Amino acid sequence: MSRFKDKGGKATPAISTASLPDIIFMLLFFFMVTTVMRETDLKVKITLPEATEVTKLEDKALVDYVYIGPPTSAALGTEPLIQLNDQYAKLEELDPWVKAGNERRDEVLQPKITRSLKVDKETNMKIVTDVKQELRKANALKINYSTGQGR
Amino acid sequence: MLKRKKIGGVQEINAGSMADIAFLLLIFFLVTTTMDTDSGILRLLPPVVVEDVKMDVNKRDVYEVLINDADMLLVEGNMMDIKELRAGAKEFMTNPSNNIDLPEKRRVTSAECQQKIAEYRSGVASTSDPKLKDDYQKLMEKWEDRLAAVRLLGEYNELPPNAVISLQTGSKTSYDMYVKVQNELEAGIRELRDDLCKEKFGRKFTELDDKTDEDKAIIKAIRLVFPQRISEAEPVDVTKKPS
Repeated sequence: MSRFKDKGGKATPAISTASLPDIIFMLLFFFMVTTVMRETDLKVKITLPEATEVTKLEDKALVDYVYIGPPTSAALGTEPLIQLNDQYAKLEELDPWVKAGNERRDEVLQPKITRSLKVDKETNMKIVTDVKQELRKANALKINYSTGQGR
Repeated sequence: MLKRKKIGGVQEINAGSMADIAFLLLIFFLVTTTMDTDSGILRLLPPVVVEDVKMDVNKRDVYEVLINDADMLLVEGNMMDIKELRAGAKEFMTNPSNNIDLPEKRRVTSAECQQKIAEYRSGVASTSDPKLKDDYQKLMEKWEDRLAAVRLLGEYNELPPNAVISLQTGSKTSYDMYVKVQNELEAGIRELRDDLCKEKFGRKFTELDDKTDEDKAIIKAIRLVFPQRISEAEPVDVTKKPS
């Protein structure tokens, strides 16, 4: 009996945190493996339209993005603007942008590059059509209308 | 120092801060990570035509879809609700009632394929002109593809080569509507492919695995029967079109 009393008198032992780093490391590795760095800061507001017949873009390294939507800063008005890489761009800048995108990749992969159009759903078709025409002229024919998965 | 080691063994490194370091890294990756892969409707733009080519296209071979500035649909000259577009596209692709306003389907038979292949093969053998040879070769390959399709799917009705769904928009059409229409057209074709595939092989077209040779052949054959021909053609200002 006296033995039990002895035990009760001691403080509860601290939970060992030795395995905590292991758990955290596991999570860390998961995120490290799955992560893709966010390459651009969006300067345009984009709500993607929804569609059901979507294909997933397999190779992220072979996708370049064109963003079209109203600018985030109210000072620039509400007219939709084009964003390439990190800045607003004019229509004429699409051609050099396509070329730069081509030059970054191996020759063999160049025809496989997809230009993904991330366009706000409220945008008028005019600017989209203009962009499409510019892409055609620059011989960037593989395009993707980026959409959310609907329904 | 030496003495101490002997008594207590190697002193343990305090691992308490390890968790903090790992947490820091974890939070960094949590913030920068984007899990969602981009998805959307893939399209191939037509290359720019240098010279003005007048294409001789029969009106019945074109399924004309216009979207005006108020996001209303005009299909083949009639107002249409977007809910009916899918069925409309399917009707255009199959023309089940042999309507004279829809494309004329041509029956592809195995005998015809074999005859044409033989014809072009002798053409390749007899001509010495490299350009002509090349043309014959290409035509022969096309017929060989058809023959492969017939073997897999049985005789089928083929769409005319220039049958196309033409999509035109106004300048104020909303992108949302445009994507919806693209989606419906795509869905129409996908449903046709699915139905055909289910009928012949008991599986959906979208469930086929493009990594096995067998399924690859099926995909190729079905694509031949129901080609995805949605034209991203030259923009035409629909608002100025005379009615």
